[in-house]
Amino acid sequence: MAVEAAAMAERGGEVPDLSLWRRTIDLLQRARDSDIWYSFKRSPITIVAAAVTAVIILSALFASWVAPHNPFDLATIDLMNASIPPAWMADGDTRFLLGTDDQGRGILSTIIFGARISLGVGFASVVFALIVGVGLGLISGYVGGTVDAVIMRIADIQLSFPAILLALLVDGVARGLLPRETHDELAIYVLVFSIGISGWVQYARTVRGSTLVEKNKEYVQAARVIGRPAILIILRHVLPNVMGPVMVIATIHLALAIITEATLSFLGVGVSPTEPSLGTLINVGQDYLFSGEWWIALFPGAVLAILVLAVNLLGDWLRDALNPKLR
Amino acid sequence: MNDPSDKGAAPLLSVAGLVRHFDVSAPFLNRVLERLERSYVKAVDGISFDIGRGETFSLVGESGCGKSTVARLIVGLYQPTAGSIQYEGVEIGPREAAAERKRMQPHMQMIFQDPYASLNPRWRVAEIVAEPIHARRLLQGKREVLARVGELLTQVGLSPADGERYPHEFSGGQRQRISIARALAGEPEFLVCDEPTSALDVSVQAQILNLMQDLQQRLGLTYLFISHDLAVVYHVSTKVGVMYLGRLVEWAETRTLFEHPLHPYTRMLLDAIPDLEMSGRQRIPVAGEVPSPINPPSGCAFHPRCPHAENRCRVEAPMARVYNGVHVACHAVADGRIS
Repeated sequence: MAVEAAAMAERGGEVPDLSLWRRTIDLLQRARDSDIWYSFKRSPITIVAAAVTAVIILSALFASWVAPHNPFDLATIDLMNASIPPAWMADGDTRFLLGTDDQGRGILSTIIFGARISLGVGFASVVFALIVGVGLGLISGYVGGTVDAVIMRIADIQLSFPAILLALLVDGVARGLLPRETHDELAIYVLVFSIGISGWVQYARTVRGSTLVEKNKEYVQAARVIGRPAILIILRHVLPNVMGPVMVIATIHLALAIITEATLSFLGVGVSPTEPSLGTLINVGQDYLFSGEWWIALFPGAVLAILVLAVNLLGDWLRDALNPKLR
Repeated sequence: MNDPSDKGAAPLLSVAGLVRHFDVSAPFLNRVLERLERSYVKAVDGISFDIGRGETFSLVGESGCGKSTVARLIVGLYQPTAGSIQYEGVEIGPREAAAERKRMQPHMQMIFQDPYASLNPRWRVAEIVAEPIHARRLLQGKREVLARVGELLTQVGLSPADGERYPHEFSGGQRQRISIARALAGEPEFLVCDEPTSALDVSVQAQILNLMQDLQQRLGLTYLFISHDLAVVYHVSTKVGVMYLGRLVEWAETRTLFEHPLHPYTRMLLDAIPDLEMSGRQRIPVAGEVPSPINPPSGCAFHPRCPHAENRCRVEAPMARVYNGVHVACHAVADGRIS
């Protein structure tokens, strides 16, 4: 025994280095060698979906540079350019690749700026739902008892309402409570809140389930014997071990949130028409469908469909890649 | 290791009449609709024993007899339903004694059964081992903590460089060494070991047991050792308690218990140890199954399996009595039918 210990001490004498730099390198190395990266490389559909998502996200992020012109800058808009069809058609104009709408704004530019709103609202409401859901799920699972029962019954009640109905309800209440100008200013936040609040249940349920499993594992009990306070055990031990499924839900939820936002905007309760999202654009465009200007509604719709499809495919792949039973 | 405690000294840990029932009733609505009654698992049903400083006290028994529950009650993972747990004479059992529990808790640590579940898979070994140091604020400063972690890893036969790695990079035996290093990091004097070797290969078991004995001698530790492996128990313990269905049926010095078992259940267990010599000795086979702890047999819980059972055993639960330092709860022994 003692000999063995001495030999091992000789082999590696120095104190381990746990600096941030070292951790980063390590993380990258582990990512490169990980199963996830391997399964990503082997799935062409996922690579395409990731590329499409990346293109849309990047062009939305850098909209001011990517878009041919700023559709919200009144100085660059000319009513003479209204309702020009896409560039490849007879009356097309090369300045407006996908044509213009009734006010002379380039469809391509409005799509790029609209995707920014759609993605922004989508991401923000997913983050909001994730924080609320994961937090309540952790508390529910770890504390148990009455707290658990109350939180889960609220979740059950909420699940019996369709998400879109709930979002409409929240939006309606906000409209009733806030004065008109304030509401227009806060429209985006109200939208994020109403989409987020209608999605937290899934996170809470999943996290509660995983927490129930994790909290009975011996490493959590060891931390309790060591005398760590419950809040530290939840945040440092349980949370990192329940985040896997949450990431999958979040990805799929992102697609759903974008659709919900588009639906609400299409119904006219979303963001204000002065700063249109993809849904608003479709809503505006449908008025012109029968008068022949089909491109105003079709292109935003196509981009929305492609974006949601790509994000969904990514989510599906992530779910399979993280599921050990499917390996 | 084999240094029997001073008879005059006060015990380090003293457990008296410890009870833990688990509520396994159907949900409220089902109880009302189906007219079910509340039901409880009597996992631990009135257990008393003392552990002296420097001793190794082992609890043995079949699966489901409540050994692990006793361990968890002592380290505070469960609240006792009734009874007392005294550590250094301080009562730490009941819920009201939370302050005392908090004061005494740092003196104890626990080593768990499953080395694959007892280490957080997302933490580095150095962080895992350092957790008790941070929790008790034993050392300040990163460098000092890391140096101490390196020292602890060396002490359990690993290398300080192993601190950088993750638990999944280690074998079961190595993980159990990490568990031990973590337990030692809190500088405890009392270690509760819940089947620390049952998940390991036999050769690795011996290494871990030797390491534990080595550490006990060097650091003057006291162990509560939970096991169902009688050979291991014989090897490590100074005293042994035999549990059956939540009760302690016999406890005595290791040698006495193994050479002169009194309780019929102890005899049955010892007879079940296989030997390689194929001695062909007469054995009493272990008959029957452990009854359900939800609905234990009346009187002495062992009577349905006991060759010496008579009417009194079916009615009256035997109290523990002391015969030459051996504590036994058995009517047959009390009546002199077994000696």
